[in-house]
Amino acid sequence: MGETVKTKKKAFERVMQSATWAAAVITIGVLVLIVGFVLVRGVPHLKPSLFALRYTSDNVSLMPALISTVIMTAAALIIAVPLGVFAAIYLAEYARRGNRVVAVIRMTTETLSGIPSIVYGLFGGLFFVVALGWGYSVLAGAFTLSIMILPLVMRSSEEALNAVPDMYREGAFGLGAGKLRTVFRIVLPAAMRGILAGVILAVGRIVGETAALIYTAGTVAQVPSNPLQSARTLSVHMYSLSSEGLHTDEGYATAVVLLVLVVVINAVSARIAKRLGGGDK
Amino acid sequence: MSKQNIIKLREKLMSAVFLVAALASILAVGLICFFLLVNGLPAMGEIGVFKFLLGREWSPTDIPPVFGILPMIVGSLYVTAGAIIIGVPIGVLTAVFLARVCPKRLYKLLKPGVDLMAGIPSVVYGFFAMAVIVPLTGSSMLTASILLGVMILPTIIGLAESALRAVPEQYYEGALALGAGHYRSVFFIVLPAAKSGILTAAVLGIGRAIGETMAVVMVAGNQARMPVSLLKGVRTMTANIVIEMGYAGELHRQALIATGVVLLLFILIINLSLSALKNRSKQ
Repeated sequence: MGETVKTKKKAFERVMQSATWAAAVITIGVLVLIVGFVLVRGVPHLKPSLFALRYTSDNVSLMPALISTVIMTAAALIIAVPLGVFAAIYLAEYARRGNRVVAVIRMTTETLSGIPSIVYGLFGGLFFVVALGWGYSVLAGAFTLSIMILPLVMRSSEEALNAVPDMYREGAFGLGAGKLRTVFRIVLPAAMRGILAGVILAVGRIVGETAALIYTAGTVAQVPSNPLQSARTLSVHMYSLSSEGLHTDEGYATAVVLLVLVVVINAVSARIAKRLGGGDK
Repeated sequence: MSKQNIIKLREKLMSAVFLVAALASILAVGLICFFLLVNGLPAMGEIGVFKFLLGREWSPTDIPPVFGILPMIVGSLYVTAGAIIIGVPIGVLTAVFLARVCPKRLYKLLKPGVDLMAGIPSVVYGFFAMAVIVPLTGSSMLTASILLGVMILPTIIGLAESALRAVPEQYYEGALALGAGHYRSVFFIVLPAAKSGILTAAVLGIGRAIGETMAVVMVAGNQARMPVSLLKGVRTMTANIVIEMGYAGELHRQALIATGVVLLLFILIINLSLSALKNRSKQ
C-alpha cells in the first residue's frame, strides 16, 4: 500500500511538472513565434526607400512616422514628467498620513491607469480637438498621451522617492537645508534612476499606442511642421497600412522597426533599474 | 532677514506647486467623465436608455437609424471571458514556473522575454494574428479570444509571480517537512496563499482585455450583430467606437461616445473590485 501512495504522489508531481513547463513553453513559444514571424516577413522589406524623408504612396516611407513618434514622445514627456514627478514629490514628501486629499488622488490615479486607450482617444477628441479647437494635431495627441502615462510616471516616481532612506533627509535637515533644498538637492538625485526607469516604460507605452491617437493626432503621414498639424506615429502608421491592406510587406517592415524600438526601450529601462538595485547586492 | 523671507516664500510656493501637480489626476478624471457624459448621455436619452443598452440591432445608417449596443456589450464580455479562460491558466502556471521551478539561468532569459511581450504594441499583435491565427480560425470570436489571451499573459504573469514570491518561504518548507512533494507544496500551499494577488492579476487582465481596441479590430470580424458562434465574427464596444467614429454623423457620433460611457462604466466596476480586493488582502 505504501508503494501505491508513493506512485500516486509521484504521478501528481509529474503531471504538475509537465503542466508548468508546458505553460512556460507556450508563453515563450508564442513570443518567439511573433518575433520570428515579424522578422522573417519584415526584414527582407527593409529597403532604403522606406526611410525616405517624404512619404509618398509609392515609397510608403516610414521615416516621417518615425520622426513623428520621436516628436510625439518628447512632447508627451515634457508635459507628463514634470507633472508626474511633482505630484509624486507631493505624495511622498509633503502629504501627511491619512490625508483625505491624498486618498482621492490615489483613487483617481488608479482609475486613470485602468482607463482603456480608446476612451482616452474619445476624450482627447472631444476636449483637445473639438472643445479647445486644436483639430487633429500633434499637440492634441501629446496632451492625450500625457494624461495616459501620468499614473505610470507618478507611481514609479513615488516608489523611487519612497525608496530613498530617511537618513538622507535627516542628514540634509541636520546640515540646515530647508525642505525644498533637501528635496531637489538630495532626495530627487537619489531617486533619479527609479524615476528614469519609469519614464522609459512610459516611452514604451507611447510608442505602442494607437487607439488614443487616431482621433486626436490624426493619421497624416508626413512630418508635422508645427504642433497644430496632424501626424501619425509608427504604430498608427502600421495600423493604417493594415486597414488599407495594400502594403502588407511595408507593414511588417514597420513592425520590425517597432520591435527594435521596444527591445531597446526595455533593455535601457532594465539596465537602469538593475543598477538601481545593484547597490545592495 | 529678507533672504530668509524669500526662502520661506519659495518653500510655500513650491509646496503649492507640488499640490497642484498632484491634483492634476483628479482634474483629468473629472474632465474625462464630464466630457464623455455631456456628449454621450443626451444620445442615450434621445434613443432611450433601455433601447440603447438592450437593443439587439445596431444600424446607424438606416433611416430611421437604430442604435442598440447589446451585441457589442455581449461581444466584449464573451471575448473577455475567452481571453481569461485562455490567459489565466497559462499565465498562472507560467508564473509558478518562473517563481518556483525555473533554473536561475533560464530565468534570466525568460523574464526579459515576458517584459518584451508586455512592450510589443497591440498593432503588432494584431498584424501577427491576422497572418497566423485568422487563416486557421477566421476573423472570429475565437481568434479574438486567443489573441487577447496572449496579450494579457504578461500582465498576469508579472503580478502572479510577485504574489507567489511574496509568500513566506516557511509555508513551502513547512509543507515539504510534512512530506509533501515540491509541486504539491507549491500548488496546495504556496498558490492558495497567493490567492488574492492572483485574483488581482486576473481582474487586471479582464480590464486589459475589455479595453483592448486595435488588435481586436484587426481580427474579430466586427459584425454588429448578436454573437452567434465561436467561429463567427463579433464586434466589441471598443471596436464599435474606433471603426465608426471617423465617419459618424451627429446622433451616431453621440451614440458612439455613449458606447464609450458604457465601456468606462465597466472599467470603473473593475477598478472598484480591484480596490476591494486590495483592501481585503491588507486585512
